[in-house]
Amino acid sequence: MKGLVFDIRSFSVHDGPGIRTTVFLKGCPLQCSWCHNPESQRCMTETVRKVRKLGNEPFETTETLGSYLDASQVLSRFQADKPFFEESNGGITISGGEPLMQPAFSLFLLKASKEMGIHTAFDTSGYAGQEVFKNVAHAADLVLFDLKLADDMQHQHFTGQSNQVIKENLFGLRESGKRFFIRIPLIPEVTDTQYNLDGLYRIMEELGTLERIDLLPFHHLGKRKYERLGRSFDFEHTAPYERARSERIKAFFKPLANLVSIGG
Amino acid sequence: MTKRIQKLRRNSLEAINKISPERAMLLTNYYSTEGVDKLPVVLQRAGAFRYLLANKTLFLGEDELIVGERGPAPKETPTYPEISLHSLHDLEMLDSRRKVSYKVDAFTKEVYEHRIIPFWQGKTQRDRVFAQLSNEWKNAYAAGVFTEFQEQRAPGHTVAGKDLFNKGMLDLLEEINTSRAKLSQDETGKLNELVAMEIVANAVISYAARYVDALRKILPSAGTEQRINEVLDMIRVCERVPAHAPATFHEALQHYWFIHVAVITELNPWDSFNPGRLDQHLFPFYAAETAAGSLSREKATELLQAFWIKFNNHPAPPKVGVTALESNTYTDFALINLGGLTEEGLDAVNEMTFVLLDVIEEMRLLQPSSMVQVSKKNPDSFVKRALKIAKTGFGQPSFFNTDAIVQQLLNQGKQLIDARNGGASGCVETGAFGTEAYTLSGYFNLNKVLEITMHNGFDPRTARQIGPFTGEVHTFKNFEGFYQAFEKQLNHFIDIKIQGNNIIEKCFADFMPAPFLSLLISDCISNARDYNAGGARYNTSYIQGVGMGSITDNLASLKKWVFDERYLTFKQLIEILDEGFEHHPDWQQRFVYESPKWGNNDQMADEHATRVFESFYAAVNGRPSYRGGVFRINLLPTTSHVYFGSVTGAMPDGRPAGKPLSEGISPVQGADTNGPVAVLQSAAKLDHLRTGGTLLNQKFTPDFFESETALDNLTALIRTYFRFNGHHIQFNVVTEDTLRRAQRHPELYRDLIVRVAGYSDYFNDLGEDLQEEIINRTAHETS
Repeated sequence: MKGLVFDIRSFSVHDGPGIRTTVFLKGCPLQCSWCHNPESQRCMTETVRKVRKLGNEPFETTETLGSYLDASQVLSRFQADKPFFEESNGGITISGGEPLMQPAFSLFLLKASKEMGIHTAFDTSGYAGQEVFKNVAHAADLVLFDLKLADDMQHQHFTGQSNQVIKENLFGLRESGKRFFIRIPLIPEVTDTQYNLDGLYRIMEELGTLERIDLLPFHHLGKRKYERLGRSFDFEHTAPYERARSERIKAFFKPLANLVSIGG
Repeated sequence: MTKRIQKLRRNSLEAINKISPERAMLLTNYYSTEGVDKLPVVLQRAGAFRYLLANKTLFLGEDELIVGERGPAPKETPTYPEISLHSLHDLEMLDSRRKVSYKVDAFTKEVYEHRIIPFWQGKTQRDRVFAQLSNEWKNAYAAGVFTEFQEQRAPGHTVAGKDLFNKGMLDLLEEINTSRAKLSQDETGKLNELVAMEIVANAVISYAARYVDALRKILPSAGTEQRINEVLDMIRVCERVPAHAPATFHEALQHYWFIHVAVITELNPWDSFNPGRLDQHLFPFYAAETAAGSLSREKATELLQAFWIKFNNHPAPPKVGVTALESNTYTDFALINLGGLTEEGLDAVNEMTFVLLDVIEEMRLLQPSSMVQVSKKNPDSFVKRALKIAKTGFGQPSFFNTDAIVQQLLNQGKQLIDARNGGASGCVETGAFGTEAYTLSGYFNLNKVLEITMHNGFDPRTARQIGPFTGEVHTFKNFEGFYQAFEKQLNHFIDIKIQGNNIIEKCFADFMPAPFLSLLISDCISNARDYNAGGARYNTSYIQGVGMGSITDNLASLKKWVFDERYLTFKQLIEILDEGFEHHPDWQQRFVYESPKWGNNDQMADEHATRVFESFYAAVNGRPSYRGGVFRINLLPTTSHVYFGSVTGAMPDGRPAGKPLSEGISPVQGADTNGPVAVLQSAAKLDHLRTGGTLLNQKFTPDFFESETALDNLTALIRTYFRFNGHHIQFNVVTEDTLRRAQRHPELYRDLIVRVAGYSDYFNDLGEDLQEEIINRTAHETS
């Protein structure tokens, strides 16, 4: 079985507990304007310009983003990294893009990893049919559930899709008793308005006490990726997130969860 | 930190390196004395030692708690003309050079010109050694195939065992008598050695007695009541040690320090001397005294800090001539070991371990350097405490795998208890502390051998045919054939190196015995045989392979472009390299960006690392040494990867001529693009257990440590690497900006210490090329 993968990264320490190896699947149904991984959005390989440098001298070349990997290639990488998971109580994370765009591949990786005795986490936007979400995301040991905008109109405006199904999947997840963390990107003037924070607060309050909320402050690292893809970046001139601002939001959400952390 | 320690620390940091002619003058006086030249060599050496300790200036610093200096004052560095002789030009250069200068005053120059140079010219150990070395050796040395540690420094690189803290000189004198009683009448060589040992043991007792007198003299003017009591304490301590085994914590430190000063007064052993497993040695004294109420943790800390400053007062004795380039660092490595296993194989971490970690963190001094031994039996709390210090960007402590060290020593045939009492010294070198003479003999430039193989035995830089004719490159039909030629060249140069080493070992055994050092390492006394002549229980001579990352990438790149993908003929590749990358930038960038690289868990690269390792190991390991030991390998560079880089031409991995090679077993600078897990996976493919130490650097940016779980994850990273039998890993935590600023404003960053290949150095004291290299090393950003 093959899947469209755009990266596999070892020593991921922000995608769940311990030292993890994260496989990033390419393709996403949402088009979040702030996305720091824009190359993960399209469900196809893309060839882009790449400049290599020796000192100040540039060399033009191209690079293909994404490749169709056999599941066995991904699994052998997981197997190689297993000792690091064992020492750190870590494991693997399937992320994206939106891994539920490739449900069969995702499910296969999750099940095989479990067979290999590896802890699995599944990082999702929650945007998928309920059946798919249940069958695939629920197969992981831990779900990292991204929550962005509470207001459906805003959600449609900034991500291109309604959040209706996302909320349904979130509540389904809660009911199933499956372990999950909430992850909230803090995007200036988008997700961090008091209006949205209040809205998110109400949704999470309804879920009952949460184990953990990770706040993911906006950063600039994706900026150059937009240039390479020949796309404009709405947040090009937005300043990196101030620590004090994330701390205030952390305090705001504190009543909802056992742990609210900045940066995952 | 107390006011006193602040002051002593500041004095030490601000003191200026200076050449002291005193030792050279005293030594020359002694050797000019009527009749000395008729004495057996070992008795000459013992007599010289006694004369030096009886006449050297005693330094007593204001508010000091531990006494004894190598020179007449902190940072005043003696010379060792019997080993190598500085010319007037050398002295000028030391005085005026920008990096790590040593001031040389007019008096010193005059004494050198009229007394020291005329007396020692042509009579030094270096003269003797070079007169015997073959032209083949000299050509290979000039080409930069290898360096030689013992051409300007005595063999040393050894570490005190626990006996040192349990015995006084009087105990050793008794052992000498016992050994002497067993000699038959015709064993005059052994008798002379024991007589010499007796002389030097008594000499160091007298040296302490001189301090007792000096302290008594300052007593009336000591000032405050507190200081008077301190001086009285110091008098009592110096009356007891080193004659008697230390009974208190303070005595233990002073005891060691007298011995340390004596070792580095006798000769200039490479890597001075080292107290080794300090938490193990000091814990019994600390535990007994704190239980009895005669010592507080604060007082113990202050004494330890005073002890720390003593090490920092000693820059390395500077080299002579061109070889100053080979290693552009001037610290006299002492590496304090903490943690690990007890002799019984149990978790050795104790309260003293944590006291010492506090001292390391607070002192932030270049010397002594520090490391933690991590066994699977040691608790995570210990590792995390050490990581918290590493996190401050100070480069210390580094992390060593006790379980691997024990296995390395066992694999070399040592007894289990001796192995458990071992550790690492210098940069990363494994040794059985107190029982082993393990000498580093020189760095070996693996990539130079590749360059020579690519030129059919010819060295382009020195324009000499220095290796055998192993074939013009166009004659190699496949990679296999070329690799065999490389192996032939490798064996050829290892043979030359080992022949040279054995000549040098014989020179030291015959002409430069070290009876004082021999007192300290088992079983020199009972064997009635000198440390430099194979008297120790175990004798190992190491050759240090340099540039594992570079040689791996070079072979992988060469194989890819010439033999696998056939984009280039071998001849075309050599033309590109000989013409230089400035004429072929496009090829350079392809070599840099499109060739397989070590450190990414990529078998296309890593298979060459394991292969070169096997070839190097087979060429060296187990070959007999003159002293009756064997040769072994380790993989570390100190700073020689910069020197070796400067004499090595452009390479197939895209490295331009003259640039630094990779250091230790670390990836080529910037080549490890897949993060630390992949680096460790590559590094673990080498069989660390068959080495005497490997060195692996990992740089992290400080923001990595801001994560709440960073220490947990780093602990797990270390544990996993050690589970793979990895020997050593160290973390550099700095930002590029900080280093750039330090280059622009060195005066504002005098305390900035960075870790370079196994030890720490002041950033400002590094050569510019090393500074650049540190900055360019991949900073592992976490995703």
